[in-house]
Amino acid sequence: MMMIFGIPLQALMGQLLVGLINGSFYALLSLGLAVIFGLLRVINFAHGAQYMLGAFTALLLLTVAGVNYWLALILAPLIVGLLAALVERTMLSRLYNLDPLYGLLFTFGLALAIEGTFRYFYGASGKPYAPPAQLSGAVNLGFMFLPIYRGWVVIASLAVCIAVWLLIEKTKLGAYLRAATENPVLVQAFGVNVPLLLTLTYALGAGLAAFAGVLAAPIYQVSPLMGSNLIIIVFAVVVVGGMGSILGAIVTGYLLGVVEGLTKVFYPEASNIVIFVIMAIVLILRPAGLFGKEA
Amino acid sequence: MNAPLLKVSALQAWYGESHVLHGVDLHVNEGEMICILGRNGMGKTTTLRTIMGILRKRSGGIEFAGQDMMSVPLHKTARAGLGFIPEERGIFASLSVEENLMLPPKVAEGGMSVEEIYELFPNLRERRTSPGTKLSGGEQQMLALARILRTGARCLLLDEPTEGLAPVIIQAIGEVLVKLKQRGMTVVLVEQNFRFAAKVADRFYLMDHGRMTAEFPVRDLPQRMDLLHRELGV
Repeated sequence: MMMIFGIPLQALMGQLLVGLINGSFYALLSLGLAVIFGLLRVINFAHGAQYMLGAFTALLLLTVAGVNYWLALILAPLIVGLLAALVERTMLSRLYNLDPLYGLLFTFGLALAIEGTFRYFYGASGKPYAPPAQLSGAVNLGFMFLPIYRGWVVIASLAVCIAVWLLIEKTKLGAYLRAATENPVLVQAFGVNVPLLLTLTYALGAGLAAFAGVLAAPIYQVSPLMGSNLIIIVFAVVVVGGMGSILGAIVTGYLLGVVEGLTKVFYPEASNIVIFVIMAIVLILRPAGLFGKEA
Repeated sequence: MNAPLLKVSALQAWYGESHVLHGVDLHVNEGEMICILGRNGMGKTTTLRTIMGILRKRSGGIEFAGQDMMSVPLHKTARAGLGFIPEERGIFASLSVEENLMLPPKVAEGGMSVEEIYELFPNLRERRTSPGTKLSGGEQQMLALARILRTGARCLLLDEPTEGLAPVIIQAIGEVLVKLKQRGMTVVLVEQNFRFAAKVADRFYLMDHGRMTAEFPVRDLPQRMDLLHRELGV
């Protein structure tokens, strides 16, 4: 058997893939958090709940309405995005002029309420969600078996991350978003409906979380607490990447996923804390994060 | 005589608890360029920000092109035809020069085309792919002006365009303002530099502690020099 640094190639590649998959979710979730924080200056603690809502929406669409995975992959983010827009318009938008702590407390409370409600109805245990038939099975890559669905997760999340990045960097809407991140009052004085832009941005961030949730449903089980387990790591990713940095969130997401996977191979005991150790080091050396602008 | 394009009456405004404007009255006719003079902290910038609707804690009257502007939300003020160019210029660092130029939505027909703008400001064409804030101070001021000229705004609120710029740049900005006047643009100019303003403005207001204390046409400027020296401390 082929060995690299005394580790079987298969184990190394296997963990690399697990790392890439985790990284895919970190990237999608931290991208949404970064977009929301950049424009709204709100630390969205409801992000994990919105991820969980995405997975549950897909599950409910399937069991109640017979909607298949592919349609759910589009519908669930739209539904969760719409709900998020409603929450932003009716509640979150009233907190913009207050101390940022209120936005944090509100979204934290919202997450508890949503997760509590789902736990009441569905319990804490997970429900399975079968991957679509087209993506079942595995291919033999020679050095390992690659479950097709896992490969699809990496490709789909990368495609969505690139699409969102292009939207923000290359389009007129993205220019409004970047400008409003710097100086919302002036952009509004130019005649851009900034309050609407804020609503759309919150919906986009929540929609990205829901998309990640649907992608995750066949891999992890669909459970009310699936988001709260993940969200802490995602916050660390955002801090390492640099609060509000779009590219930083994406690159750091994949990077830390892979680092975490490799740690599982070389020093498994540290795999649960490696991301937080990196966060501490980055905060000491570059307080604004790897891609953040120094204030 | 026609009604003025912009009419401000008994305008008061507050920053939080602090009362900044104490009843400002001014009017600007279509195609006219007025200049508000005054020392720092007298409320000149606040007057522009309140007319634009950025400062919302206000009372009194603002009428523009026959429309009552007091209840118009901020993002609709520009659509009425008012264009705002802030003192700090407000060039966006994360946008290229061209993205900065194209950012403000068109509010009416009759704005300058991008081609006309690049003819007027050739530097901006050369540097259109650089980040906005990599421009020199003078170029940033040109960009801030050019950006609003594209939108078709009828009236510019222009806050200290010459501040911190070299004499040769100030002269270039003066030439741009003269060209705008020839095109029939209405301008409310806030300036400390009244020698610059004297070359372009038709009428002056003198502002002191949140009120207009004097108003005179440019031809009276020579008789008013004593007053200005005393009031502006120059």
